[in-house]
Amino acid sequence: MNFKTLTGTLIAASVMALSANSALAETPEQKGLAISEQVVVRDNGWVDMLASMKMVLRNKQGQESVREIRMKVLEVADDGDKSLSIFDRPRDVKGTAFLSFSHTQGADDQWLYLPALKRVKRIASRNKSGPFMGSEFSFEDLASFEIAKYTYKYIEDQACDIGQCFVVEQYPTDKNSGYTKRVVWIDKAEYRMIKTDFYDRKNSLLKTLTSLDYQQYKGKYWRASTMKMVNHQSKKSTDLQWVDYRFGNGLTESDFNKNTLKRAR
Amino acid sequence: MNKIAWIAIGAGLLTQPLSANELFFEATAKVSTEVSLFAQQGQFDNQNYRSNLSVALEPEFFWEWNDASDNLTFKPFFRIDQRDSNRSHADIRELSWVHLADDWELRTGFRKVFWGVTEYQNLVDVINQSDTVEGLSKGEKLGQPMLNLSLVRDWGIVDLFVLPGFREQTYVGNDGRFRSSLVVDEDSTSYQSSKGKKHVDVAARWSHSFDLYDVGLHWYKGTNRAPQYQVISKDGTDVLKANYQQMEQVGIDAQATIDNWLLKSEVIYQDNPTDNYFASQMGFEYTYYGIQESAADLGILMEYGYDQRGKKASALLQNDIGVGARLALNDTQSSSVLVGMIHDLDYNSNSFSIEADRRIGENWKATLRARVFSADDKDDVVSNFTKDDYVKLIFDRYF
Repeated sequence: MNFKTLTGTLIAASVMALSANSALAETPEQKGLAISEQVVVRDNGWVDMLASMKMVLRNKQGQESVREIRMKVLEVADDGDKSLSIFDRPRDVKGTAFLSFSHTQGADDQWLYLPALKRVKRIASRNKSGPFMGSEFSFEDLASFEIAKYTYKYIEDQACDIGQCFVVEQYPTDKNSGYTKRVVWIDKAEYRMIKTDFYDRKNSLLKTLTSLDYQQYKGKYWRASTMKMVNHQSKKSTDLQWVDYRFGNGLTESDFNKNTLKRAR
Repeated sequence: MNKIAWIAIGAGLLTQPLSANELFFEATAKVSTEVSLFAQQGQFDNQNYRSNLSVALEPEFFWEWNDASDNLTFKPFFRIDQRDSNRSHADIRELSWVHLADDWELRTGFRKVFWGVTEYQNLVDVINQSDTVEGLSKGEKLGQPMLNLSLVRDWGIVDLFVLPGFREQTYVGNDGRFRSSLVVDEDSTSYQSSKGKKHVDVAARWSHSFDLYDVGLHWYKGTNRAPQYQVISKDGTDVLKANYQQMEQVGIDAQATIDNWLLKSEVIYQDNPTDNYFASQMGFEYTYYGIQESAADLGILMEYGYDQRGKKASALLQNDIGVGARLALNDTQSSSVLVGMIHDLDYNSNSFSIEADRRIGENWKATLRARVFSADDKDDVVSNFTKDDYVKLIFDRYF
């Protein structure tokens, strides 16, 4: 996020706070932004994280295929996160590793390490809408949530699985996004994204993501243990199970470079 | 392997306090079964067959200790080939100890190092010797003994190499395909350096990424991995004798990653007793993402290879254009197809290739490779392969 948008956001946020106090009407756009900012604010400061994920891919016939990935993530102030992902399964890609420096504005920097060739390849990050490892999650679905990536509109309050939710529409600002919008159910108590509907480029409902079994770490940060993505058009689905979340591991920038990519395992 | 490297590994292992609970061990393996079918019998003696079966085994053992600050990898390689006794071979792809610190790491032992960005050849990739018997296009390499100190700085990564001990290129034998009319007699190999195989080579590389650009610069001084050949008579038969010269080389490899474009370039300048010359390989890859509203990506690539020595060049791509298309379905099985063509502008010869692979279940992968050669000019190396058009099926099982 550049300084201008940050300032703009802060002004918008204070204006919103003032208007809430003085009971002036705020626009749905302002309210949608304010709610989404709370999601980010409440998740700030986790510094670094280790986690393992298991993906279970199911096709229309219910046949399963499994992916196992370990991740190291470093929170970067005023920019996207740095992450290193190591693939354990399927076996033919074991040892393959993926280094990503995500940015709130512009293209992410991404490198792939192919262990059989000992080769590090810089890859184009233009492909945000492509499937991740053949799953129903695209690269952008797995990227960290940043305010500048969307514009916003509050729709209504609605009852959801774990209480009351705000329903907010988020419109991607990146022309390479695979979506025209996503509709997000955010719970009023803790500002967690409980459910997300994704609308494709033709604006028809494509996928629904449901995040389940939220656990709180370090007394602050909520993480879903299970994320279920269902594709309504292809009838395929992917379940993502997160285990071994660990925060505060003392990771630094020096854990995220081409040398650490090459020796990741 | 050189004694120094062995002693370094031994000392490294002995000085590490080991307790069973902090030692991590992992063993994995890959078994590849390869069936080759040729369109016709070969053009030289002993090539009168149209099929070949071969199996390769590549286990990998990995130990890690000292809070992951030290690790040891052992990766031998074995191949058994039905026809070519030279292709039945074993190698130590990796036997190395790596010690890690915050901003440096020391890698000691047999290892493989890859440098480069382009697809059709990698001129800057000079550290390891080619394992030529493995195939024309695979780019397989032999393990190289080395001491490699790698320093991580804000301004890039610096790698310093001392390379004790030289590995000779492997050669297809009398019964093998993809060779010239004469076979290389490995007993006749000679060296420019009086130290022969024991000449200690040195290299340095700086690499860095800034914004959209990834750049590497290298310097290498030592035994040239690519030998020069001379026809000699041995026991009344003409054979090829390989001579390894000394050389010094500098080079650059760079890639710009801009939206759908990958712009790639490798340039070297080499000084050896026969020639001082420039060579380059450069080109692009443009990818159409999500073609036809699907998840599939289609990449179009084009590269040009140049060598200042022209027809005298030992490189196959001395004045060649390569074009190709890469289709990645991005499906559960990671299916992909790469079709390509190389056209030699000096000799007007062509080679076409197709490579397709797909995962089967959780532990198998199937690969299909096919290649067709067409060359009229007898001076073109490719003219040796004109009866070697093949289809190869490879099944990899992972353990």
